[in-house]
Amino acid sequence: MTSPLGSAGRRPAISATANPTPRPITTRRAFLRRFSGGLAVLWFVETSSDSSAQPAPAAPRRATPPPPPPRELAAWLHIAADSSITVYTGKVEIGQNARTSLTQIVAEELRAPLASITLVMGDTSLTPFDRGTSGSRTTPDMVPILHRAAATARESLLDLGAKKLKLDRKHVEAWQGTIRGGTPGILSISFVTYGELTRGEKLVLDIADTTPIKPATVWTVAGTSVPKIGARAFVTGRHIYTTDFTRPGLLHGRVLRPTSFGATLATLDTSAADALPGATIVRDSEFVGAFAATEHLAAQAVAALRATWKTTPQLAERDLYTHLRATARTRPPAPPTPDPAHTHLAHTYTVPYLAHAPLEPHAAVAEWTAPDRLNTWVSTQHPFAVRNELARILALPPANVRVLVPDVGSGFGGKHTAETALEAARLARVAQKPVKVVCTREEEFTWFYSRPAGVIDISSAARADGTVVNWTHDNINSGASAIRAPYEFAAQRTAFHAATSPLRQGPYRGLAATANAFARETHLDELARALRLDPLALRRQNLREPRALAALDTAARAFGWNFAAPRRPDTGIGLCFHSDKGAYMGTFAEVHVAPVTGRITVTRVVQSFNPGAVINPAHLRSQVEGCIIQGLGAALFESVHFDHGRIQNPTFSTYRVPRFSDTPRSLEVILINHKELPPSGAGESPLGGIAPAIGNAIFDATARRLRSLPFA
Amino acid sequence: MPPVTTLHVNGTAHGCNAAADRTLLSVLRDDLALTGAKYGCGEGQCGSCTVLVDGVPVRSCLTSVGTLGPQKITTVEGLEKNGRLHPLQQAFLQHECFQCGYCTSGMLMSGVALLAKNPSPTVDEIVAAMDGNICRCGVYSQIIAAVQTASRAGPQPVLPAK
Repeated sequence: MTSPLGSAGRRPAISATANPTPRPITTRRAFLRRFSGGLAVLWFVETSSDSSAQPAPAAPRRATPPPPPPRELAAWLHIAADSSITVYTGKVEIGQNARTSLTQIVAEELRAPLASITLVMGDTSLTPFDRGTSGSRTTPDMVPILHRAAATARESLLDLGAKKLKLDRKHVEAWQGTIRGGTPGILSISFVTYGELTRGEKLVLDIADTTPIKPATVWTVAGTSVPKIGARAFVTGRHIYTTDFTRPGLLHGRVLRPTSFGATLATLDTSAADALPGATIVRDSEFVGAFAATEHLAAQAVAALRATWKTTPQLAERDLYTHLRATARTRPPAPPTPDPAHTHLAHTYTVPYLAHAPLEPHAAVAEWTAPDRLNTWVSTQHPFAVRNELARILALPPANVRVLVPDVGSGFGGKHTAETALEAARLARVAQKPVKVVCTREEEFTWFYSRPAGVIDISSAARADGTVVNWTHDNINSGASAIRAPYEFAAQRTAFHAATSPLRQGPYRGLAATANAFARETHLDELARALRLDPLALRRQNLREPRALAALDTAARAFGWNFAAPRRPDTGIGLCFHSDKGAYMGTFAEVHVAPVTGRITVTRVVQSFNPGAVINPAHLRSQVEGCIIQGLGAALFESVHFDHGRIQNPTFSTYRVPRFSDTPRSLEVILINHKELPPSGAGESPLGGIAPAIGNAIFDATARRLRSLPFA
Repeated sequence: MPPVTTLHVNGTAHGCNAAADRTLLSVLRDDLALTGAKYGCGEGQCGSCTVLVDGVPVRSCLTSVGTLGPQKITTVEGLEKNGRLHPLQQAFLQHECFQCGYCTSGMLMSGVALLAKNPSPTVDEIVAAMDGNICRCGVYSQIIAAVQTASRAGPQPVLPAK
């Protein structure tokens, strides 16, 4: 007997992780027709289960309201005659390991080996419309759909199997990609494979809301640490990212960039570039680029262009926070009259622009297959938005544009837009050959949107025992995510105030939740100090929700929080309680601040996290650790610097991201598995706790209160 | 300088016709279809493009092919021998040292070079040797654990073997 878990490693690596060659399917109807010989079950979406969903973060250009998920099971799942199962989802794999977790869910419900399941992800011609891989929505949105789809398929296979085996429906079960069973009292077991059942039959079923879905308490494949699907391709260098992707006759493209933000092309002299053999310059209004057989030659051609630019005045970074406050489009109401019986605090906190800095830069390959038909392979989190944008700008019907997404070299919210695909498409149209554009690191830092900077005002009033009786939180520009304090404050008013951003800004992992948590949890630490209370006790005083308290207390115990105990020299401890997207977490940090240099070292971090039922503990732990490391960078040193309309630190030598030497030597993640709750997304919320925990620990060590990120 | 017509990669002499000032990274990727080494920064800061030249880790994004001559280049594609993964590749699988995986090739090459020089590195030595490699997903703890696991697997052969 083969265990479903044990068979994961036999999966063919390339086909599992990449979907590089478009098959000649152009419409959904054709797609459904193609698979009409397989299993097709009508599927009704349960809209009620999604009604509490928070909206996903908007891409910078929001399209018309998205269509509802399709009702046909065949849109999501196909079982071939050889019993191989193909699952279609518009979500993409960006390192969050959704390819693995979603496969686990399907394997669980279909009782099929993991190796028999292939996910086609983020292919606009093959997968249902999707509103983007963002906002930690893959798990809450896609897991219920695939649960229900796979369970529907399983139930109909059981019906078919019982009939085929001439057995009572009660005496058959789904097992390892087969329906098997026997008559009680008779020692023989007969079976039939899924492929034998679906071949040549067309099944149309209405899904009942009552289709049984396996609860997490009885999961055997979901809920376990299945290794990353296709992992071998990553350690052998064989996984094909968009940057690696090639087509016959592929050419390489480069684009001429303005000298500063807001600059427009005044004059262009192409004579020197035109003289370079093998390179072709393309000009299309403001767009100027080059293509050639090598990236080297294309870059030389762009460098040889002599352009002058008409510039406009741009805000200097030193004026950023004043500017944001001055341009805020709404103002908070007048504060309430202070009650002299309470302790009052009011402080302002700032967060800078951040760069996503995905290690795989924005990249795209474009290939025109006809004058009005375009195929693109794009490193993006939002293939359908890219498709719609390409169609709009290139004046093509959306159905004529196909976007495919090879598993992406990370995104962190930074890859929602279509620029690079558009550049490749423009060059490829002239070249009449496929063209690849891979952004340089400097372009990546400069020409894509940043995490918004923000100014956050918080005021509080509290009783001597730490009970917060009034709380206001005003966020200018950075966003409203997780702005409401997850505490039982007697009164709280929170507001987001849009402002005019000097830099292009957009989604980022966790959106503004990290900024809001930083301000809130720093302020609460200040309040505890003002009241001479243990910061942990002050938070507990204002919490009632048992899951919240459990998360906080679990982490406190593991950390050995003892506020009264003396510290080691130059060492401080700090904490943060945070809640985002239905999960709670307690974060505890210990920092060392070198007395002369002031160098901050995060020596120890403990973080609890309880996102509902856990689908893959190892991958979840990795996500939480990764969030802590990324949040540590934002806490200590990450900040986009700009002046004269240019990014001043558009390189990894000037924009410092966390490295091995920044990793806390002791990093403990405690997962609290609530199997009774649905799984929630986990790729963002664990980011929020670390910056305030570090800042509060720095205060503990030095008595210096830092209200502006980054600290170092 | 004349164009480069031969590169010795993973035990094989590859014919090519590359301008001498092109980077090793671009020739490996675009001319030899060895896309394991990645572009990450172009300034030797992220380590994604790391390959071995006569066993020494170099940033292929900063190495001109004209400077190489007969030196032996090893890329991540050359670590696997006869279907057997290098112990560090095996350890990366065991410890799940990747989220998006884009840094993995460079991490492996830096780690293989470290283990070849120092078969039993301490955590401090691992951190010092690998600090030039960025993992933006932040799986540093797992990578440190994997290098330790591979180091216990025994002394590493100095690459390239051929």
